[in-house]
Amino acid sequence: MASGRYRLLKQIKRYRYIYLMILPVLLYYLIFHYATMYYAVIAFQNYKPMKGISGSRFIGLKHFISFLESPYAWRTIRNTLVLNAYMIAFSFTSAIIFALMINQMQDGKYKRVVQTVTYMPHFISIVVVCGILVEFSESNALFNDVIALLGGERSSLLSDPRKFRPIYVLSDIWQNVGWGTIIYLATLSGVDQSLHEAATIDGAGRLQRIWHVNIPALVPVIVVQLIMRFGQMMSIGYEKVILLYNASTYETADVISSYVYRRGLYEMDYSYGAAVGLFNSVINLIVLFFANTLSRRLTENSLW
Amino acid sequence: MIETRTPSQKALTAVNYLCITLIAFLCLYPMIHVLAASFSDPIRLIRHRGVLFWPDGYSLKGYETVFHNPNIISGYLNTLFYVLVGTLINMVLTSFGAYALSRPGWPFRRMIIFLFVFTMYFGAGMIPRFMLVKSLGMLNSRWAILIPTAVNTWNLIVMRTSFAAIPREMEESAYMDGASDFRILFQIYLPLAKATVAVMMLFYAVEHWNAWFTSLLYLTDTSKYPLQMFVRDILMYDGAGGTTEDANAIYLKELTKYSVIIVSVVPILCIYPFVQRFFVKGVMLGSVKG
Repeated sequence: MASGRYRLLKQIKRYRYIYLMILPVLLYYLIFHYATMYYAVIAFQNYKPMKGISGSRFIGLKHFISFLESPYAWRTIRNTLVLNAYMIAFSFTSAIIFALMINQMQDGKYKRVVQTVTYMPHFISIVVVCGILVEFSESNALFNDVIALLGGERSSLLSDPRKFRPIYVLSDIWQNVGWGTIIYLATLSGVDQSLHEAATIDGAGRLQRIWHVNIPALVPVIVVQLIMRFGQMMSIGYEKVILLYNASTYETADVISSYVYRRGLYEMDYSYGAAVGLFNSVINLIVLFFANTLSRRLTENSLW
Repeated sequence: MIETRTPSQKALTAVNYLCITLIAFLCLYPMIHVLAASFSDPIRLIRHRGVLFWPDGYSLKGYETVFHNPNIISGYLNTLFYVLVGTLINMVLTSFGAYALSRPGWPFRRMIIFLFVFTMYFGAGMIPRFMLVKSLGMLNSRWAILIPTAVNTWNLIVMRTSFAAIPREMEESAYMDGASDFRILFQIYLPLAKATVAVMMLFYAVEHWNAWFTSLLYLTDTSKYPLQMFVRDILMYDGAGGTTEDANAIYLKELTKYSVIIVSVVPILCIYPFVQRFFVKGVMLGSVKG
């Protein structure tokens, strides 16, 4: 007993600076992540800023029900899912393909220059990216010049709901296709060269080696990346949506998180916004669990 | 590697290089266009159609307007402040956290890692966060920009992984010699993990440089606005649409948009290539596990 207490004291003494180091970090998480969750109770209240949380009336799931019964629910949920599906189908895969292409290059100066150049858009702020998009999308500007050259009609691209998703996804590819390759290139550089040599001796051409050696080597990384991508699905890219959308494109552009911002903070309907936000987070967590479980069953790769 | 040099293989290589070059060009082109436009003559720029590789006419009027705009100057200074102080706070807390969580013998390690990683996948949302910041009295304060983003969990985990890869003997012998954990962190761990530290600093600094949404949420006083907020105003809400202004003013506004983009992106674009060779360390995977 006494020796147990002695060991405990010794351990505390050994790690005394560790406690001191973790303290501010722990406080940060407890306040800015866990205490934040306390404020989520306003989702179940008819919150009035004047009365505060303790004085506001509890109304249960009323905000959730009124959201789900409103036309906004279907519109924002659909837009969130469709935009994410587009992003996974095009943006996510484009980085993988581009990595396979870069991997075929000879090491040297040109390869490094290509990498530097394609990483660049990743470092440009979303405000500037959207500013450039707005500028280039005007009916007398670059995008329309290209469309006109190809025989299309000039139009104001960002006020057309049918064009919002392509613009959003294409600009995302532009911004992240290079950056997205880093992780895959690192994985490919670790592929055992003897596998390639054996395949060559067996008569495999370059494309066959990519298919039978490189792609299988990437699968575990792709799966984990994909699960994490699912985990961020519901929160993805709302800053970009808020910068790019307008009333004429809400039909395809308004996602759950942009709706939370507009109703909750812009129109100061705190409780309702918090309810929609909480709905979003819970769905997100469910999607993540589902993706992780599915992946563990199918590919034996998982986050946990 | 054994490489067969058949004509079809060569053609494949050529097509591959061609496609890569095209993609790299497309990544670069918008910035070339913006750069060329920013030095153009305002009237000729408005009339210009199609691509732009070189200024159409030449003038510095766009840059003159930008640098005579007091908001841009104060935004620049505010952004510098947020980047410097913000990154310092980020790095101190991230390395403290990473060091503590990489001590294998420390009993609370796993529990705290779970507590931190969980926040990557579940958050209460934008509005509770706004209310928290408000109730802490941080609204319209510079702290609202710095403190709520003090630690990025992903970066913390990456840094922890790179600390965990450092041989334990180094720490143990230093500890025997009487060095405290703070000294071990600053004199052994941070120098040994300098590649990761460099990438983390870049990531945090870029995050601060490019941030605007927190300012939109938490700041009302424009004198505290970072550069991006003014860039947003100029790019999004200052369009050539005013009927009361004369044509020249409208042309100049269009030109100014291009100049302000260049002014706001150049510092970051000058820095990242120097850290490029360490990027792999910053996006390390498998690090989320454990």
